[in-house]
Amino acid sequence: MSRLRLLSGPDLAAGSEALNAHVQRLGPLPAVGPGLFDSVERSGLTGRGGAAFPVARKWRAVSAAGGGGALIVNGAEGEPQSFKDRTLMSLRPHLVLDGALLAARAVRASSVVLYIGEEHRTAQVTMARAVAERPEHELRHGRVVLAPARYVAGESSAAVNLLNADIASPTTRPPSPHEGGGGRLPTLVQNVETLAQVALIARYGADWFRLAGRRGAAGTILMTVAGAVTSPGVVEVEAGISVREVLELAGGATQQVTAVLLGGYFGSWVDAASAWDLPLDASMLRERGLTLGCGVVGFLPVTSCGVCETARIMEYLASESSAQCGPCFFGLRALATTSGRIAQGIADPGDLARLERWSREVRGRGACHHPDGAAGLLQSALTAFATEFQSHPAHMGSQVA
Amino acid sequence: MSKQLAIDRIRCDGRGMCAELLPELISLDDWGYPMIASGWVPDQLSAQAERAVRSCPVLALTLRSVPVPEDR
Repeated sequence: MSRLRLLSGPDLAAGSEALNAHVQRLGPLPAVGPGLFDSVERSGLTGRGGAAFPVARKWRAVSAAGGGGALIVNGAEGEPQSFKDRTLMSLRPHLVLDGALLAARAVRASSVVLYIGEEHRTAQVTMARAVAERPEHELRHGRVVLAPARYVAGESSAAVNLLNADIASPTTRPPSPHEGGGGRLPTLVQNVETLAQVALIARYGADWFRLAGRRGAAGTILMTVAGAVTSPGVVEVEAGISVREVLELAGGATQQVTAVLLGGYFGSWVDAASAWDLPLDASMLRERGLTLGCGVVGFLPVTSCGVCETARIMEYLASESSAQCGPCFFGLRALATTSGRIAQGIADPGDLARLERWSREVRGRGACHHPDGAAGLLQSALTAFATEFQSHPAHMGSQVA
Repeated sequence: MSKQLAIDRIRCDGRGMCAELLPELISLDDWGYPMIASGWVPDQLSAQAERAVRSCPVLALTLRSVPVPEDR
Protein backbone atom coordinates (compact mmCIF):
# COMPACT_ATOMS: atom_id res chain seq x y z
CA MET A 1 0.00 0.00 0.00
CA SER A 2 2.62 2.44 1.00
CA ARG A 3 5.19 2.65 -1.76
CA LEU A 4 8.23 4.75 -1.12
CA ARG A 5 9.79 6.53 -4.04
CA LEU A 6 10.07 10.20 -3.15
CA LEU A 7 10.60 9.21 0.47
CA SER A 8 12.79 6.15 -0.12
CA GLY A 9 16.46 6.14 0.90
CA PRO A 10 17.89 6.72 4.37
CA ASP A 11 15.79 6.57 7.53
CA LEU A 12 13.33 9.48 7.46
CA ALA A 13 13.95 10.14 11.15
CA ALA A 14 17.57 10.99 10.23
CA GLY A 15 16.41 14.21 8.56
CA SER A 16 17.47 15.66 5.24
CA GLU A 17 19.56 13.75 2.78
CA ALA A 18 22.85 15.46 1.86
CA LEU A 19 23.96 15.93 -1.75
CA ASN A 20 26.65 13.22 -1.73
CA ALA A 21 24.26 10.63 -0.29
CA HIS A 22 21.60 11.68 -2.79
CA VAL A 23 23.97 11.35 -5.77
CA GLN A 24 25.34 8.05 -4.49
CA ARG A 25 21.83 6.65 -4.17
CA LEU A 26 20.23 7.99 -7.36
CA GLY A 27 23.14 8.94 -9.59
CA PRO A 28 23.94 12.39 -10.94
CA LEU A 29 21.42 14.80 -12.39
CA PRO A 30 20.44 13.43 -15.81
CA ALA A 31 20.93 15.55 -18.91
CA VAL A 32 17.86 17.27 -20.35
CA GLY A 33 17.16 16.06 -23.87
CA PRO A 34 14.09 16.33 -26.05
CA GLY A 35 13.04 13.01 -24.52
CA LEU A 36 12.20 14.60 -21.18
CA PHE A 37 9.03 16.29 -22.46
CA ASP A 38 7.86 12.97 -23.88
CA SER A 39 8.70 11.04 -20.74
CA VAL A 40 6.83 13.52 -18.60
CA GLU A 41 3.90 13.39 -21.00
CA ARG A 42 3.76 9.58 -21.20
CA SER A 43 4.06 9.29 -17.43
CA GLY A 44 0.74 11.12 -17.12
CA LEU A 45 2.17 13.22 -14.30
CA THR A 46 -0.21 15.92 -13.12
CA GLY A 47 0.46 18.83 -10.79
CA ARG A 48 0.45 18.02 -7.07
CA GLY A 49 -0.35 21.48 -5.78
CA GLY A 50 -4.09 20.89 -5.96
CA ALA A 51 -5.28 21.47 -9.51
CA ALA A 52 -3.81 18.29 -11.07
CA PHE A 53 -3.07 20.08 -14.34
CA PRO A 54 -1.08 17.91 -16.81
CA VAL A 55 2.58 18.82 -16.34
CA ALA A 56 3.69 18.27 -19.94
CA ARG A 57 0.91 20.52 -21.23
CA LYS A 58 1.98 23.35 -18.93
CA TRP A 59 5.62 22.94 -19.97
CA ARG A 60 4.71 23.01 -23.64
CA ALA A 61 2.65 26.16 -23.11
CA VAL A 62 5.58 27.93 -21.42
CA SER A 63 7.96 26.76 -24.14
CA ALA A 64 5.62 27.72 -26.95
CA ALA A 65 5.25 31.19 -25.44
CA GLY A 66 9.04 31.56 -25.52
CA GLY A 67 9.97 30.77 -21.90
CA GLY A 68 12.51 33.09 -20.34
CA GLY A 69 10.70 33.80 -17.08
CA ALA A 70 11.60 32.35 -13.71
CA LEU A 71 10.75 28.84 -12.63
CA ILE A 72 8.83 29.17 -9.39
CA VAL A 73 9.26 26.09 -7.22
CA ASN A 74 6.05 26.23 -5.26
CA GLY A 75 6.47 25.17 -1.65
CA ALA A 76 4.11 27.77 -0.19
CA GLU A 77 1.81 25.06 1.19
CA GLY A 78 -0.81 27.39 2.58
CA GLU A 79 -3.39 24.62 3.09
CA PRO A 80 -3.64 24.41 6.90
CA GLN A 81 -3.99 20.63 7.06
CA SER A 82 -1.27 19.82 4.51
CA PHE A 83 2.29 18.97 5.55
CA LYS A 84 3.52 16.98 2.59
CA ASP A 85 5.38 19.75 0.75
CA ARG A 86 7.35 20.98 3.76
CA THR A 87 8.05 17.35 4.73
CA LEU A 88 9.44 16.58 1.27
CA MET A 89 11.57 19.75 1.24
CA SER A 90 12.87 18.96 4.72
CA LEU A 91 13.77 15.32 3.97
CA ARG A 92 14.64 15.12 0.27
CA PRO A 93 15.68 18.64 -0.76
CA HIS A 94 17.92 17.46 -3.59
CA LEU A 95 15.13 15.56 -5.25
CA VAL A 96 13.18 18.82 -5.39
CA LEU A 97 16.23 20.72 -6.67
CA ASP A 98 16.93 18.06 -9.33
CA GLY A 99 13.38 18.40 -10.60
CA ALA A 100 13.64 22.18 -10.50
CA LEU A 101 16.86 22.18 -12.53
CA LEU A 102 15.42 19.75 -15.08
CA ALA A 103 12.22 21.77 -15.47
CA ALA A 104 14.11 25.06 -15.64
CA ARG A 105 16.30 23.73 -18.45
CA ALA A 106 13.39 22.13 -20.26
CA VAL A 107 11.39 25.36 -20.47
CA ARG A 108 14.46 27.66 -20.67
CA ALA A 109 13.70 29.47 -17.43
CA SER A 110 16.04 32.33 -16.61
CA SER A 111 16.24 31.61 -12.89
CA VAL A 112 14.92 29.35 -10.15
CA VAL A 113 12.91 30.78 -7.29
CA LEU A 114 12.26 28.56 -4.30
CA TYR A 115 8.94 29.89 -3.01
CA ILE A 116 8.56 28.55 0.52
CA GLY A 117 5.94 29.32 3.17
CA GLU A 118 7.34 31.83 5.65
CA GLU A 119 6.26 29.67 8.58
CA HIS A 120 7.93 26.50 7.20
CA ARG A 121 11.29 27.17 8.86
CA THR A 122 12.80 23.69 8.61
CA ALA A 123 12.01 23.51 4.91
CA GLN A 124 13.57 26.96 4.31
CA VAL A 125 16.77 26.10 6.15
CA THR A 126 17.04 22.69 4.49
CA MET A 127 16.42 24.01 0.99
CA ALA A 128 18.86 26.90 1.45
CA ARG A 129 21.50 24.47 2.68
CA ALA A 130 20.82 22.17 -0.26
CA VAL A 131 21.22 25.06 -2.72
CA ALA A 132 24.57 25.90 -1.10
CA GLU A 133 25.70 22.27 -1.58
CA ARG A 134 25.12 22.43 -5.32
CA PRO A 135 27.89 23.32 -7.75
CA GLU A 136 27.74 27.01 -8.56
CA HIS A 137 27.03 26.56 -12.27
CA GLU A 138 23.84 24.60 -11.54
CA LEU A 139 22.02 27.13 -9.41
CA ARG A 140 23.71 30.40 -10.22
CA HIS A 141 20.36 32.13 -10.43
CA GLY A 142 18.64 30.32 -7.59
CA ARG A 143 17.13 32.07 -4.57
CA VAL A 144 14.64 31.54 -1.77
CA VAL A 145 11.58 33.81 -1.59
CA LEU A 146 9.25 33.52 1.39
CA ALA A 147 5.55 33.09 0.74
CA PRO A 148 3.32 35.02 3.17
CA ALA A 149 1.31 32.77 5.46
CA ARG A 150 -1.94 33.26 3.54
CA TYR A 151 -4.13 30.64 1.92
CA VAL A 152 -4.04 32.30 -1.51
CA ALA A 153 -0.26 32.94 -1.52
CA GLY A 154 0.40 29.57 -3.14
CA GLU A 155 -1.94 30.23 -6.07
CA SER A 156 0.33 30.46 -9.11
CA SER A 157 -0.61 33.97 -10.26
CA ALA A 158 -0.21 35.15 -6.64
CA ALA A 159 3.32 33.72 -6.56
CA VAL A 160 4.19 35.55 -9.79
CA ASN A 161 2.56 38.72 -8.49
CA LEU A 162 4.70 38.59 -5.35
CA LEU A 163 7.88 38.43 -7.44
CA ASN A 164 6.74 41.23 -9.74
CA ALA A 165 4.88 43.57 -7.45
CA ASP A 166 5.52 42.39 -3.86
CA ILE A 167 1.88 41.43 -3.37
CA ALA A 168 0.96 37.75 -3.05
CA SER A 169 -2.57 38.25 -4.39
CA PRO A 170 -3.94 36.45 -7.45
CA THR A 171 -4.26 38.34 -10.73
CA THR A 172 -6.89 38.21 -13.48
CA ARG A 173 -6.65 35.38 -16.05
CA PRO A 174 -6.12 35.11 -18.92
CA PRO A 175 -3.24 35.50 -19.33
CA SER A 176 -1.98 32.84 -16.95
CA PRO A 177 1.58 32.89 -15.60
CA HIS A 178 2.59 30.28 -18.18
CA GLU A 179 1.27 32.49 -20.98
CA GLY A 180 3.12 35.52 -19.69
CA GLY A 181 0.69 36.84 -17.08
CA GLY A 182 0.83 40.51 -16.26
CA GLY A 183 2.83 41.38 -19.38
CA ARG A 184 5.78 39.43 -18.00
CA LEU A 185 7.77 36.56 -19.43
CA PRO A 186 6.06 33.17 -19.47
CA THR A 187 6.60 31.69 -16.04
CA LEU A 188 6.38 28.08 -14.93
CA VAL A 189 4.98 27.63 -11.44
CA GLN A 190 5.23 24.04 -10.28
CA ASN A 191 4.62 22.38 -6.93
CA VAL A 192 7.63 20.85 -5.11
CA GLU A 193 6.24 17.31 -5.12
CA THR A 194 5.55 17.53 -8.85
CA LEU A 195 9.18 18.53 -9.46
CA ALA A 196 10.51 15.72 -7.26
CA GLN A 197 8.48 13.28 -9.35
CA VAL A 198 10.07 14.78 -12.49
CA ALA A 199 13.52 14.07 -10.99
CA LEU A 200 12.64 10.37 -10.81
CA ILE A 201 10.91 10.21 -14.19
CA ALA A 202 14.00 11.76 -15.82
CA ARG A 203 16.12 8.98 -14.32
CA TYR A 204 13.88 5.94 -14.68
CA GLY A 205 11.36 6.82 -17.38
CA ALA A 206 7.61 6.98 -17.87
CA ASP A 207 7.06 3.22 -17.87
CA TRP A 208 8.76 2.91 -14.51
CA PHE A 209 6.60 5.76 -13.15
CA ARG A 210 3.47 3.90 -14.20
CA LEU A 211 4.56 0.66 -12.50
CA ALA A 212 3.15 2.14 -9.32
CA GLY A 213 -0.58 2.88 -9.20
CA ARG A 214 -3.78 0.96 -8.77
CA ARG A 215 -6.95 0.74 -10.82
CA GLY A 216 -5.27 2.43 -13.79
CA ALA A 217 -3.82 5.34 -11.81
CA ALA A 218 -0.13 6.19 -12.28
CA GLY A 219 2.68 6.81 -9.83
CA THR A 220 2.78 7.58 -6.16
CA ILE A 221 1.33 10.50 -4.24
CA LEU A 222 2.23 12.19 -1.01
CA MET A 223 -0.77 12.51 1.25
CA THR A 224 -1.37 14.14 4.61
CA VAL A 225 -3.64 12.10 6.86
CA ALA A 226 -5.41 14.18 9.51
CA GLY A 227 -8.12 13.88 12.13
CA ALA A 228 -9.19 10.84 14.14
CA VAL A 229 -6.33 8.49 13.22
CA THR A 230 -3.66 6.82 15.34
CA SER A 231 -0.70 8.22 13.39
CA PRO A 232 -1.58 11.43 11.58
CA GLY A 233 1.01 12.73 9.16
CA VAL A 234 2.49 12.33 5.70
CA VAL A 235 2.46 9.05 3.80
CA GLU A 236 3.54 8.13 0.28
CA VAL A 237 1.07 5.81 -1.39
CA GLU A 238 0.33 4.33 -4.77
CA ALA A 239 -2.14 6.50 -6.64
CA GLY A 240 -5.55 4.85 -6.74
CA ILE A 241 -5.52 3.17 -3.32
CA SER A 242 -8.72 3.52 -1.34
CA VAL A 243 -9.59 5.83 1.53
CA ARG A 244 -9.90 2.71 3.70
CA GLU A 245 -6.32 1.71 2.87
CA VAL A 246 -4.91 5.12 3.68
CA LEU A 247 -6.70 4.99 7.02
CA GLU A 248 -5.05 1.62 7.74
CA LEU A 249 -1.66 3.11 6.82
CA ALA A 250 -2.22 5.82 9.43
CA GLY A 251 -2.74 3.14 12.05
CA GLY A 252 -6.52 3.03 11.86
CA ALA A 253 -9.18 5.24 13.41
CA THR A 254 -9.10 6.30 17.04
CA GLN A 255 -12.89 6.64 17.12
CA GLN A 256 -15.80 5.85 14.89
CA VAL A 257 -15.48 7.96 11.73
CA THR A 258 -18.64 9.63 10.45
CA ALA A 259 -17.30 11.61 7.48
CA VAL A 260 -14.14 12.18 5.49
CA LEU A 261 -12.84 15.53 4.21
CA LEU A 262 -11.13 14.79 0.90
CA GLY A 263 -8.77 17.30 -0.67
CA GLY A 264 -8.45 19.80 2.15
CA TYR A 265 -10.36 23.05 2.58
CA PHE A 266 -11.08 23.30 -1.17
CA GLY A 267 -12.22 19.70 -1.13
CA SER A 268 -15.39 17.82 -0.23
CA TRP A 269 -17.02 16.20 2.74
CA VAL A 270 -18.10 12.66 2.00
CA ASP A 271 -20.11 10.55 4.45
CA ALA A 272 -17.97 7.69 5.75
CA ALA A 273 -20.00 4.87 4.18
CA SER A 274 -19.58 6.40 0.71
CA ALA A 275 -15.93 7.27 1.29
CA TRP A 276 -14.20 3.98 2.16
CA ASP A 277 -13.81 2.63 -1.36
CA LEU A 278 -13.08 5.91 -3.13
CA PRO A 279 -9.84 5.80 -5.14
CA LEU A 280 -7.20 8.35 -4.16
CA ASP A 281 -6.34 9.60 -7.60
CA ALA A 282 -6.93 13.05 -9.04
CA SER A 283 -8.68 12.06 -12.26
CA MET A 284 -10.74 9.24 -10.75
CA LEU A 285 -11.99 11.55 -8.02
CA ARG A 286 -12.75 14.28 -10.54
CA GLU A 287 -14.95 11.85 -12.47
CA ARG A 288 -16.97 11.53 -9.27
CA GLY A 289 -17.23 15.28 -8.78
CA LEU A 290 -14.63 15.19 -6.02
CA THR A 291 -11.04 16.40 -5.76
CA LEU A 292 -7.77 15.06 -4.43
CA GLY A 293 -6.58 18.65 -3.97
CA CYS A 294 -3.14 18.69 -2.43
CA GLY A 295 -3.67 15.24 -0.97
CA VAL A 296 -5.22 15.87 2.44
CA VAL A 297 -7.57 13.24 3.86
CA GLY A 298 -9.22 14.19 7.15
CA PHE A 299 -11.26 11.76 9.24
CA LEU A 300 -14.11 13.27 11.27
CA PRO A 301 -14.78 11.41 14.53
CA VAL A 302 -18.27 10.75 15.81
CA THR A 303 -17.60 13.14 18.71
CA SER A 304 -17.12 16.09 16.32
CA CYS A 305 -19.88 17.89 14.51
CA GLY A 306 -19.69 18.30 10.74
CA VAL A 307 -21.73 21.52 10.80
CA CYS A 308 -19.47 23.16 13.39
CA GLU A 309 -16.36 21.97 11.62
CA THR A 310 -17.65 23.34 8.31
CA ALA A 311 -18.58 26.68 9.89
CA ARG A 312 -15.07 26.95 11.30
CA ILE A 313 -13.50 26.23 7.88
CA MET A 314 -15.83 28.72 6.16
CA GLU A 315 -14.84 31.38 8.67
CA TYR A 316 -11.19 30.69 7.89
CA LEU A 317 -11.68 30.73 4.11
CA ALA A 318 -13.70 33.97 4.26
CA SER A 319 -10.92 35.64 6.23
CA GLU A 320 -8.38 34.33 3.71
CA SER A 321 -10.06 35.98 0.71
CA SER A 322 -7.61 38.41 -0.86
CA ALA A 323 -10.57 40.84 -0.92
CA GLN A 324 -10.05 41.78 -4.56
CA CYS A 325 -13.26 40.38 -6.07
CA GLY A 326 -16.68 41.33 -4.70
CA PRO A 327 -18.40 37.96 -5.03
CA CYS A 328 -15.58 36.30 -3.06
CA PHE A 329 -15.12 39.00 -0.43
CA PHE A 330 -18.82 39.57 0.30
CA GLY A 331 -20.05 36.12 -0.68
CA LEU A 332 -17.68 34.10 1.48
CA ARG A 333 -18.24 36.46 4.41
CA ALA A 334 -21.99 35.88 4.10
CA LEU A 335 -21.51 32.12 3.77
CA ALA A 336 -19.30 32.07 6.86
CA THR A 337 -21.62 34.24 8.97
CA THR A 338 -24.67 32.22 7.99
CA SER A 339 -22.99 28.84 8.57
CA GLY A 340 -21.85 30.22 11.91
CA ARG A 341 -25.44 31.14 12.83
CA ILE A 342 -26.58 27.63 12.03
CA ALA A 343 -23.70 26.16 14.04
CA GLN A 344 -24.64 28.35 17.00
CA GLY A 345 -28.26 27.34 16.78
CA ILE A 346 -29.47 30.90 16.12
CA ALA A 347 -30.30 30.54 12.42
CA ASP A 348 -33.06 32.51 10.68
CA PRO A 349 -35.65 30.40 8.87
CA GLY A 350 -34.31 31.33 5.44
CA ASP A 351 -30.62 30.76 6.25
CA LEU A 352 -30.28 27.27 4.85
CA ALA A 353 -31.91 28.21 1.55
CA ARG A 354 -29.66 31.26 1.31
CA LEU A 355 -26.57 29.11 1.89
CA GLU A 356 -27.63 26.83 -0.94
CA ARG A 357 -28.29 29.68 -3.34
CA TRP A 358 -25.18 31.72 -2.49
CA SER A 359 -22.88 28.71 -2.70
CA ARG A 360 -24.14 28.16 -6.27
CA GLU A 361 -23.90 31.85 -7.16
CA VAL A 362 -20.35 32.62 -6.00
CA ARG A 363 -18.80 29.78 -7.98
CA GLY A 364 -16.63 30.82 -10.90
CA ARG A 365 -16.90 34.50 -10.01
CA GLY A 366 -13.40 35.26 -8.76
CA ALA A 367 -10.09 35.96 -10.48
CA CYS A 368 -8.79 32.79 -8.80
CA HIS A 369 -10.51 29.64 -7.58
CA HIS A 370 -10.83 30.74 -3.96
CA PRO A 371 -14.62 31.28 -4.06
CA ASP A 372 -15.10 28.05 -6.05
CA GLY A 373 -13.14 26.00 -3.52
CA ALA A 374 -14.95 27.48 -0.53
CA ALA A 375 -18.39 27.16 -2.11
CA GLY A 376 -17.66 23.58 -3.18
CA LEU A 377 -16.70 22.64 0.36
CA LEU A 378 -19.92 24.12 1.71
CA GLN A 379 -22.06 22.43 -0.94
CA SER A 380 -20.54 19.07 -0.07
CA ALA A 381 -21.24 19.72 3.61
CA LEU A 382 -24.88 20.58 2.87
CA THR A 383 -25.18 17.11 1.31
CA ALA A 384 -23.03 15.07 3.71
CA PHE A 385 -24.54 16.71 6.81
CA ALA A 386 -27.99 17.41 5.37
CA THR A 387 -29.86 16.29 8.49
CA GLU A 388 -27.52 18.15 10.83
CA PHE A 389 -27.88 21.40 8.86
CA GLN A 390 -31.69 21.08 8.97
CA SER A 391 -31.83 21.01 12.75
CA HIS A 392 -28.63 21.89 14.44
CA PRO A 393 -28.35 22.26 18.23
CA ALA A 394 -26.28 25.08 19.67
CA HIS A 395 -22.98 23.52 20.62
CA MET A 396 -20.44 25.54 18.68
CA GLY A 397 -17.43 26.25 20.80
CA SER A 398 -17.56 22.90 22.55
CA GLN A 399 -15.94 21.30 19.52
CA VAL A 400 -12.36 20.24 19.22
CA ALA A 401 -10.98 22.17 16.25
CA MET B 1 -19.00 35.95 -34.96
CA SER B 2 -20.31 34.55 -31.69
CA LYS B 3 -19.06 36.20 -28.57
CA GLN B 4 -19.11 35.64 -24.85
CA LEU B 5 -19.31 38.19 -22.06
CA ALA B 6 -16.49 38.18 -19.53
CA ILE B 7 -15.86 40.18 -16.40
CA ASP B 8 -12.53 41.13 -14.90
CA ARG B 9 -13.57 40.33 -11.35
CA ILE B 10 -10.75 42.32 -9.79
CA ARG B 11 -11.70 45.46 -11.70
CA CYS B 12 -15.44 45.08 -11.21
CA ASP B 13 -16.75 47.36 -8.49
CA GLY B 14 -20.37 46.35 -8.65
CA ARG B 15 -21.65 49.61 -10.17
CA GLY B 16 -24.44 47.64 -11.81
CA MET B 17 -24.59 49.52 -15.12
CA CYS B 18 -24.27 46.31 -17.12
CA ALA B 19 -27.31 44.72 -15.51
CA GLU B 20 -29.36 47.81 -16.28
CA LEU B 21 -28.34 47.86 -19.92
CA LEU B 22 -28.47 44.11 -20.52
CA PRO B 23 -30.95 42.58 -18.08
CA GLU B 24 -31.56 39.70 -20.49
CA LEU B 25 -28.07 38.34 -19.79
CA ILE B 26 -26.84 40.02 -16.63
CA SER B 27 -28.37 40.05 -13.17
CA LEU B 28 -26.95 41.22 -9.86
CA ASP B 29 -26.24 39.13 -6.79
CA ASP B 30 -27.23 40.14 -3.26
CA TRP B 31 -24.17 42.41 -3.03
CA GLY B 32 -24.66 44.12 -6.38
CA TYR B 33 -22.08 42.19 -8.39
CA PRO B 34 -23.00 40.93 -11.86
CA MET B 35 -23.88 37.35 -12.73
CA ILE B 36 -23.72 36.50 -16.44
CA ALA B 37 -25.96 33.94 -18.11
CA SER B 38 -23.77 31.19 -19.51
CA GLY B 39 -23.22 30.68 -23.22
CA TRP B 40 -22.83 32.88 -26.29
CA VAL B 41 -24.44 36.27 -26.66
CA PRO B 42 -27.40 35.80 -29.05
CA ASP B 43 -27.16 37.87 -32.26
CA GLN B 44 -30.23 39.97 -31.44
CA LEU B 45 -28.55 41.15 -28.21
CA SER B 46 -25.07 41.81 -29.57
CA ALA B 47 -25.57 45.57 -30.07
CA GLN B 48 -26.93 45.89 -26.53
CA ALA B 49 -24.03 43.81 -25.19
CA GLU B 50 -21.52 46.06 -26.93
CA ARG B 51 -23.21 49.09 -25.41
CA ALA B 52 -22.98 47.53 -21.94
CA VAL B 53 -19.27 46.86 -22.48
CA ARG B 54 -18.66 50.47 -23.52
CA SER B 55 -20.64 51.78 -20.57
CA CYS B 56 -18.85 49.95 -17.78
CA PRO B 57 -17.32 52.77 -15.72
CA VAL B 58 -14.33 50.64 -14.67
CA LEU B 59 -13.90 48.82 -18.02
CA ALA B 60 -14.37 45.43 -16.35
CA LEU B 61 -16.82 44.02 -18.90
CA THR B 62 -15.56 42.61 -22.20
CA LEU B 63 -16.79 40.56 -25.13
CA ARG B 64 -14.58 37.64 -26.13
CA SER B 65 -14.71 35.76 -29.38
CA VAL B 66 -12.90 32.75 -27.91
CA PRO B 67 -13.81 30.82 -24.82
CA VAL B 68 -11.56 31.26 -21.79
CA PRO B 69 -9.05 28.40 -21.94
CA GLU B 70 -8.89 25.63 -19.42
CA ASP B 71 -6.19 26.33 -16.89
CA ARG B 72 -4.57 25.69 -13.53
